[in-house]
Amino acid sequence: MDTRTAPPLISIRNLAKSYRRGGQIVPVLTDITLEVRAGDFLGLMGPSGSGKSTLLNLIAGIDKPDAGEILFDGVDITRLSETELADWRAGTVGFIFQFYNLIPVLTAFENVELPLTLTRLTRRERREHVEAALELVGLSDRVTHYPSELSGGQQQRVAIARAIIADPRLIVADEPTGDLDRHSAEEVLTLMDRLNTDLGKTIVMVTHDRRAADQAHAIMYLDKGELSTAADVHEQSLR
Amino acid sequence: MQFLKLILRNALRHRLRTALTLLGLVVAILSFGLLQTVVDAWYAGAAGAAPTRLVTRNAVSLVFHLPLSYRDQIRAVDGVRAVSHATWFAGIYQDPKNFFPQFAIDPRTYFAMYPEYLVATPEFTAFLRDRKGAVIGRKIADTYRLNIGDALPLRGTIYPGTWEFTVRAIYDGIDTKTDTSQMFFHWEYLNEIMKRRAGRQTDQVGVYLVDVTDIDRVAEVSRAIDAVFKNSLAETLTETERAFQIGFVKQTEALVIAIRIVSYVVIVIILAVMANTMAMTARERLSEYATLKVLGFSPVYIAALIVGESVAIAVIGATIGIALTFPVSNWFAAKVGTLFPVFEVSGETVALQILCALGVGVIAAAVPGQRAATVKIVEGLRTIG
Repeated sequence: MDTRTAPPLISIRNLAKSYRRGGQIVPVLTDITLEVRAGDFLGLMGPSGSGKSTLLNLIAGIDKPDAGEILFDGVDITRLSETELADWRAGTVGFIFQFYNLIPVLTAFENVELPLTLTRLTRRERREHVEAALELVGLSDRVTHYPSELSGGQQQRVAIARAIIADPRLIVADEPTGDLDRHSAEEVLTLMDRLNTDLGKTIVMVTHDRRAADQAHAIMYLDKGELSTAADVHEQSLR
Repeated sequence: MQFLKLILRNALRHRLRTALTLLGLVVAILSFGLLQTVVDAWYAGAAGAAPTRLVTRNAVSLVFHLPLSYRDQIRAVDGVRAVSHATWFAGIYQDPKNFFPQFAIDPRTYFAMYPEYLVATPEFTAFLRDRKGAVIGRKIADTYRLNIGDALPLRGTIYPGTWEFTVRAIYDGIDTKTDTSQMFFHWEYLNEIMKRRAGRQTDQVGVYLVDVTDIDRVAEVSRAIDAVFKNSLAETLTETERAFQIGFVKQTEALVIAIRIVSYVVIVIILAVMANTMAMTARERLSEYATLKVLGFSPVYIAALIVGESVAIAVIGATIGIALTFPVSNWFAAKVGTLFPVFEVSGETVALQILCALGVGVIAAAVPGQRAATVKIVEGLRTIG
């Protein structure tokens, strides 16, 4: 599918978010408007504290904005209750964190299986899904390993398998290569590219890493709560 | 299954911490069980009292006895089925610490009124034939290794001198709650010796034991007996056997209350320890709980994970503690000898131990569970475990 002609999967309009710090209100995002089409691979870059992760969290439905709307396939997720949001996340969004966020007392298999325990799948069906996901990320031989027995790159691949296990339409990744060496980072980025191109997953990725951002189809920059494209940034730098 | 797996693996995550918490729980539940059993032992006499048995004593004090002549007058009261009597002897066997109650009784009427004391007929016949014979409870026999035919000398305190008895019978209890730490001998023998000595304290008994025909007439018969002896030289006070026994307990009630309070204080202390453990545990795992929420798990699931882990630790601790309560209480009972007539861990005590453990498990996890369930996902993800 040509993502340029696809209808927007995510439409963000006039989004604003601020935090209260020591009695002061600090604006993080101001009047953000953005569209992400189905099948897009969007990279979000910007300096520390620019609001990248905040925007990602709002898109993923794990935080609530002060103003504006986030339409996901026509549904304004800002209006959903906590319970509705939890169900929505479980079925729609896959998460990849910088520090993998695996449950240390569960094996690779059990970590990947976790989201499926919320579904009606039988044990056998769950096993089949998990084995397929772990094979996809190249960790079929590590199913019984605990996170502490895996390298950083392997842990992130388990996290990716967990992110895709429930077949979500959207994958959000917050600095997925931030804690990895170069080789592991490349493996993870290749894997994410496959998720996008082969499986058609829409990906929104926050990164500081220019090489990681290069994997994305489009890059947006966030600075002082405002969003701009690469062209805008280039224009500003020429001035 | 995943839920239980998570609970158990989380519980075993910090093995030393869990082991120490378990140790505290075991000690607390065990101590609670033992202290409750001590309190129960205190009330054992009252618990074993028959509802139709009355005790008639001197209205002034137990120290003052009642004339033997009252026996027939009491028997004549309407509603009385049988009358017997018992007199406290307070003798010392070898050493003052070897305490067990001794009563001078009228054997035939007494044992007829206490069917819970089981004596073999040949032994009872031998006891009846020997004026210096004695019937001892199984607990005394076991504690002091006494057998049929053994001499049992007592040094009298109320009745001076050395009193020679021979063990002629050993009685067992009809159940484990029956007091088998008593000794009985012939009142006739006591009375005869006292007559021979000085003539004081003769033809007198400590208390009368009255069996009433109908349980509904207990109060009426009590009043009727006391009415018979009103304005006499030795007025009587008649009460149920249970009330009579509780009267003794009340003399040391402050001590019993203190023991009871201490038993609950132990539970409060372990509750604080457990709450601290669960608070640390939940704080360390806040980012994991946030991750679970991100994946779609509900706040209730998160709270249940923490409460479940706390309850699991509490249940394991309680199981070990309760299992240890039985051998430890047996050891304690053996150590204190005949001090407590009945020292048995009751079903009620075990139920209380279970209840306390469950309470500790749930209450200790309430605040950490609530915090983990309600913390914002973004805040949870920011924490470092």
